[in-house]
Amino acid sequence: MSELPVADKFAAFEELIPPLTDLNTPYREALSRGELILQQCQTCTSHQYPFESFCYECGSTELENKISLGQGFVYSFVKVHQPYHSAFKPFIPYTVATIQLDDGPRLLSAMLELTTEVKIDDRVKPRIERITASESMLMYELERS
Amino acid sequence: MKSLKQKYCIVGVGNTAYGKNPGISQIAHNVLAIRSALEDAGLTTQDLDGVLTKAPTSTFPMLWGPKIAEALRIQPKVTATLDQAGASNIGLIQYAISAIELGQAEVIAISYGDNPRTGTRASYARPRGDDALAGLFGAPSSYAMVAKRHMHEYGTTNEQLANVAIAHRTHASMNPGAQFQELFTVDDYMSSRWVAEPFRLLDCCPVSDGGAAYIITTEEKAKELKTLPVYIEGIGQAHPSWDFYRRPELATSGAKIAGKMAFESAGLQPADVDFCEIYDCFTIVPLISLEEYGFVGKGEGGSFYEEQRTHIGGELPCNTSGGLLSETGMPGTQLVVEAVRQLRGQGQNRQVKGAEVGLVSQQGGIMTTHATMLLSNQGVHQ
Repeated sequence: MSELPVADKFAAFEELIPPLTDLNTPYREALSRGELILQQCQTCTSHQYPFESFCYECGSTELENKISLGQGFVYSFVKVHQPYHSAFKPFIPYTVATIQLDDGPRLLSAMLELTTEVKIDDRVKPRIERITASESMLMYELERS
Repeated sequence: MKSLKQKYCIVGVGNTAYGKNPGISQIAHNVLAIRSALEDAGLTTQDLDGVLTKAPTSTFPMLWGPKIAEALRIQPKVTATLDQAGASNIGLIQYAISAIELGQAEVIAISYGDNPRTGTRASYARPRGDDALAGLFGAPSSYAMVAKRHMHEYGTTNEQLANVAIAHRTHASMNPGAQFQELFTVDDYMSSRWVAEPFRLLDCCPVSDGGAAYIITTEEKAKELKTLPVYIEGIGQAHPSWDFYRRPELATSGAKIAGKMAFESAGLQPADVDFCEIYDCFTIVPLISLEEYGFVGKGEGGSFYEEQRTHIGGELPCNTSGGLLSETGMPGTQLVVEAVRQLRGQGQNRQVKGAEVGLVSQQGGIMTTHATMLLSNQGVHQ
């Protein structure tokens, strides 16, 4: 396991980490190594996130984990001003984006500490931050930054 | 599509006070609303053979229908709680019609009641999506994501969203039962605080206590009663279903297919509609709904509101009692109640003149479910 330094400013996110399950363990372990993995269906080749024991596209149960570069573009986004959770409070207003991955799936991701305004269609890349000794968090940042 | 024409009617409507209503339990809101709807119809609890409910949003109790039946001191032949979120307000009517059609029941009460304003509302801030670490909590941020995409695709503006909120507030100002009656301007809207850009506070419906109910029966039974029956002309439903951010098209809803189904079953067209009561939890929803129903072209919803064409007296009055945005944040049941009052000519100073056909539009989740209903008074003019 490579050593990403723990970023104290993100420590409060620990309580938002979902419980480990058989399905999400490989994904979470990869994130702690600084890698993003998706599932790839061995029958129809589509990529999938979140993880399941079957493919949402074709129903096949032949799925393998695959490292993804995680690049994509902003399909839509909002800038949250309301303090819904204490962990996000220091970052208000913060951006939450719907990311269209080049690999196929869409996901929601926080975009924190942005120095320029996001626009729809902006190219983005993953930013993986270690938040505890064993857990990391996936965020996104602008590709041009 | 099978025709519903002249078979089923809404014969009674009722509601408890909307807004801040301490000391009234969720059960009480349901029971008091049903008793008020029964009284309106000239019926009693002993006439009921069905009780159908939409579960409270702030909690999700099991066996909610039977609990309400117990609190009415009846043991009904038919009871159920349907989980289509806001679309349940119409889905339950479809269930009632099925039960009546099968001969299992003749008179059915449908209700919703909740007290998130003075009770608990922890569920309102739960995370949306697979992972709370994405920072998306609560419904406003999710609907704001839809609005942002609509703005990107069609050039919809914040001024146009402001005009949705203003239109509904204008109608609420004529409704003494509305939670918010004070008029505001585009400037007032622009200076209200951001919740989740592109939404400001005035883009969001309030959190409200309240209950509402309606009574469904056959035309035959309706004719024995004292009130003017309101006919259920057509019903349609269609459910986009997927988590909103994974849907191929974000700036759409189930209204297109559900609306087509409702118009076909009623043998009516959009041009026949005199007014609409549209689910408006956030300003973007009625705007998209009008587009999807075909009242305006795709992308034209914003200018339709900006030109005040949805005001009472305009070409298509919408949300005549103030909707979720201003009458009460209750998830949609009040819209059926208002449509019935309009079709009976009980709209008082907010009455749509000559109203014969009304469209009720309901949706739930994050445009996850959708149902449409067409009601009429069969041309009995006020």
